[in-house]
Amino acid sequence: MRNALLAEHRKLVSTRLWWVLLIGMAGYLAFIGAVMAFTFTVTADGAEAPLTGVDAATATYSLVNAIGYVFPLVVGSLSVTSEFRHRTITQTLLVEPRRTVVVVAKLLATVPVGLALGLVGVLALVATSAPLLSWRGDGAFLTDPEVIAVLVLGVVTTAVWAVVGAALGTLLTNQVAVVVVILAFTQLVEPIARTALGAFDAVAGVSAYLPGAAADALIGASLFGEIAGVDLLPRWAGALVLLGYGAVFALLGRLTTFRRDIG
Amino acid sequence: MTGPTLTLEGVTKQFGRVRAVDDLSFTVRPGVVTGFLGPNGSGKTTTLRMLLGLAEPTSGRGLVGDRPYAEHPQPARLVGSSLDPGFHPGRTGLAHLETYAPQVGVGRARCREVLELVGMGDFGDRRVGAYSMGMKQRLGLATALLADPPAVVLDEPANGLDPEGIVWLRGLLRRFAEEGRTVLVSSHVLTEVQHTVDEVVVIARGRLVHASSLAELAASAESGTLVVAADPAGLARLVADRGWTAEPEGAGLLVRGIPAAEAGAACFAAGLELHQLATRTEDLEAAFLRLTAVPEVAA
Ligand SMILES: Nc1ncnc2c1ncn2[C@@H]1O[C@H](COP(=O)(O)OP(=O)(O)OP(=O)(O)O)[C@@H](O)[C@H]1O
Ligand SMILES: [Mg+2]
Repeated sequence: MRNALLAEHRKLVSTRLWWVLLIGMAGYLAFIGAVMAFTFTVTADGAEAPLTGVDAATATYSLVNAIGYVFPLVVGSLSVTSEFRHRTITQTLLVEPRRTVVVVAKLLATVPVGLALGLVGVLALVATSAPLLSWRGDGAFLTDPEVIAVLVLGVVTTAVWAVVGAALGTLLTNQVAVVVVILAFTQLVEPIARTALGAFDAVAGVSAYLPGAAADALIGASLFGEIAGVDLLPRWAGALVLLGYGAVFALLGRLTTFRRDIG
Repeated sequence: MTGPTLTLEGVTKQFGRVRAVDDLSFTVRPGVVTGFLGPNGSGKTTTLRMLLGLAEPTSGRGLVGDRPYAEHPQPARLVGSSLDPGFHPGRTGLAHLETYAPQVGVGRARCREVLELVGMGDFGDRRVGAYSMGMKQRLGLATALLADPPAVVLDEPANGLDPEGIVWLRGLLRRFAEEGRTVLVSSHVLTEVQHTVDEVVVIARGRLVHASSLAELAASAESGTLVVAADPAGLARLVADRGWTAEPEGAGLLVRGIPAAEAGAACFAAGLELHQLATRTEDLEAAFLRLTAVPEVAA
């Protein structure tokens, strides 16, 4: 297993993809951080800021998930789909025919890259939003224990997303299809579903089990949650739900794609 | 070094309605180069994929030594293989090797070494996307050789190689066999490997049609005699009387399977005046074509 992990790690870091997406994530989150902090702090005269105080800070910092999760998802899923796209999966299975070992190694190998994405993403977000929050708003609260938890768990959550992405890749091995699905789901389906479900009391609880909402629960803060007024799951439950998605995808992938003839 | 024996035991592979491999059995011994031959689509690659655990046989099994490939703890240390190798275009040749090195159980130094071995020492730091077809073929070979394995299984390894590369490959495989390793190479052209292989396994439409040493195959190549007589009608009568099979060739008849001495004696006895009597031996290429030809439906 150690060798399989090392091999998968080398595969991930030996192409440009991961650092291109790392830079993309940093740039995107820096921009979003500035925009959000601006929204919370610069208000028309007399208007009430949508969020204030520590809530504004945690909601902004939690965007590493709500806005940034597409990046680790893509990195994770491409770590699997690119093997099928470029037919390197043949050699991978020749050196390690135990397919469960291959799948598990692929999932775990995304963790370090996921942590790197999370760390850089959180730093980028804080770099632009914290100065604005403390200059015009109620403060950046960077020493507040609750805020520190949000920042650290933002990094952790990003790594979990990378694992979920790899799990999704084992299930959906077509590279174009998986990127389309991720973009459609994260940019369209889930935001709409979270807002729409939140509007109806009967089903509002369901939205907490959507993957993005579960990740917000793990972080412990959510812009969606604050705005739509929907309760998040407890942290531990959020973590379980998110990991559950990954486990189900990986299990299905192992029982379908990775059971068939390959190569 | 003695390589493992590779065995296929009644292997069948059905793809929907296509029976790609049909109850195929043969053995590949160490110490010789075995050529695995058959026309396009005859099932060579499918057979090798089943031998190496990439595809599940519909029935039968393939063995490396005493058990299936996938049941060996580090199978790539035992069998180095190259089956239509794929490469990530954004990875360098060296990085490609380094991604497989941990599971093969070798270090980075060995990756450089095999690149040198296949004549790619200067290109290891270039991205594979910029490689030519022959360079990719060589990188695939380098991957197969990472472990310095006691057995190698190569699918059409000469494809895309330049003449110098083919000569080099031939020398390498001969040396491997002399060292006692097991060497299995597939090809769809017998003449391409006739200077390399000792043993031949020929398949057609998924079935075994011939397995022997190359020398035996050459000996079994059918011979015949070309007979040109002054009286063609008389010759035709003689051929019919004797029950020989013959076909027209030029001004005479090519009599199959009958040595020149026998044909000449028969003509002499029949009082035919001969203009030509010549032995015709089928070359290996023709023997291969005959073995793999689609059988004619008996009329
Ligand atoms: N995955 C697959 N699905 C369906 N049919 C397949 C598949 N793989 C191979 N076949 C069929 O099986 C037969 C044998 O193919 P195979 O690739 O083994 O031939 P080959 O001897 O390697 O040919 P070539 O010399 O062209 O490489 C062909 O009819 C092919 O179409
Ligand atoms: Mg083939």
